[in-house]
Amino acid sequence: MIVADKKPIEEIIEEIKDHEKILILGCNECVTVCEAGGKKEVGVLASALRMYFLNEGKEVKIDEVTLERQCDHEYLEEIRDSMDQYDAVVSIACGVGVQFMAEKYHDTPIYPGVNTCFMGVTEKRGLWTERCQACGECILATTGGICPITRCAKRVLNGPCGGSVRGSCEINKEIDCAWQLIVDRLKSLNRLDDYETLCPLKDWSTDRAGGPRKVVREDLQQ
Amino acid sequence: MKAKTPSKLEKILAAGHMAVTSECGPPRGSDMEVIVEKANLIKDHVDAINITDNQTSVTRMSSLAACIQLKLMGLEPVLQMVTRDRNRIALQSDILGAAAFDIYNILCLSGDHQSFGDCPTGQNVHDIDSMQLIQTVRHMRDDGKFLGGDDIKRPPQMYVGAAANPFADPFDIRVPRLAKKVAAGVEFIQTQCIYNLDKFEEWMKGVRERGLHEKVYILAGMTPMKSVGMAKYMQKRVPGMDVPDEIIKRLQGVEKGQQAAEGIKICIEAMQRLKEVEGVAGFHVMAIEWEEKVPEIVEAAGLHPRPNVD
Repeated sequence: MIVADKKPIEEIIEEIKDHEKILILGCNECVTVCEAGGKKEVGVLASALRMYFLNEGKEVKIDEVTLERQCDHEYLEEIRDSMDQYDAVVSIACGVGVQFMAEKYHDTPIYPGVNTCFMGVTEKRGLWTERCQACGECILATTGGICPITRCAKRVLNGPCGGSVRGSCEINKEIDCAWQLIVDRLKSLNRLDDYETLCPLKDWSTDRAGGPRKVVREDLQQ
Repeated sequence: MKAKTPSKLEKILAAGHMAVTSECGPPRGSDMEVIVEKANLIKDHVDAINITDNQTSVTRMSSLAACIQLKLMGLEPVLQMVTRDRNRIALQSDILGAAAFDIYNILCLSGDHQSFGDCPTGQNVHDIDSMQLIQTVRHMRDDGKFLGGDDIKRPPQMYVGAAANPFADPFDIRVPRLAKKVAAGVEFIQTQCIYNLDKFEEWMKGVRERGLHEKVYILAGMTPMKSVGMAKYMQKRVPGMDVPDEIIKRLQGVEKGQQAAEGIKICIEAMQRLKEVEGVAGFHVMAIEWEEKVPEIVEAAGLHPRPNVD
């Protein structure tokens, strides 16, 4: 899933302080699971903002809506009829949702309420960690199912570097060395010989380097 | 092994001599005199001089500029190049820039992570890794072609080196990792600083068992300790460094004013022991901001005068 983290309330206040009719818009997908932008967080943020404006002596209308998703037309359309009630929206979906909202509702300012962090997993409640950087050309078949592009701080394709110490990355003991994990995994799979296969230069044109990406499935478009 | 490039370092190794290299860190400014002075301190005691490339990710004068200065002085530079800061366009371009000044040695590295340096909020590149940089230089030299496939007019003639850290983890892939660098085309290795001699010799045993010492020249990395403080710092703070407690105890066992001399002594003793290890083809003496000690270390290790191969 896409993992996000709440923005500090002060930053959100700075974004919306001059508005008077504000919609706080949540998303029922990834950001709900990582407890950054679901219905519950919409309620908490709305209450905090109401409290702030009350203390400031300002009369500001703050409404709460949580959509099923903010990355699909059909759900964003659900609020079309009520959009003229607002002069600003704080979307606490990921950056994808914020942008799709902005594309759809051209004349309403849409502000982000979360920082979109990465694609990752829930290790336990309150701990999410990264697993994929969407490079567009998956190499997990050769690395024992562990991604060095995502999990090595230098995205070394023929690792580990010289800074791997007792299973940790040189930049932080709390971070596992991706290549230690890969070597351990190849051993478990009885495939350690694969370690010596050189990984060729990567084609990054399917990554960020190639510009904005798209997936086209004409078979589904008919 | 027959020399394939005009590199003096390669000729010395190919002739069967023990090679001695050292290194200079460029200044944090544009005063080239710093490099000139450091190089003059060591030039008669080493075969080639590495110039580091923004080591520990602290911004410095470029390695290439300092290498050109050495070349103008008639010395033999080893251009260190990290993949942290340049994509494949910039790497190839700088390789050609170095080749234009007839710089004949390159050391291919990934580089320390930028979080250690003066620009921790900067982006890193890592378009290719150090093994792929080895492949890139060999491709440019041997095939005379760019990565994109076009011909290079006057291709680089570079002797290709890389680092190896026998002390990093996981230990059991440290020999296979060297084998991988050899397969990528590396011709000489300069190792991480060696303090744990037993562990280094264990690694060398593995290297010999696979015959890798016959395919690549291994220069043992040596850095004398200046003080107990430095030894403790290296033990605790420098990733991938293996400083046994005995080294620290030995430095603690002498008066503070004698610690530097003791550090030099430990270094010389290690070199004398490692000279006898089959497969050790020479030494890379990294006297960090202590270049004036290199001559005395090289002489005491019995490696002076340096051979003349021209």
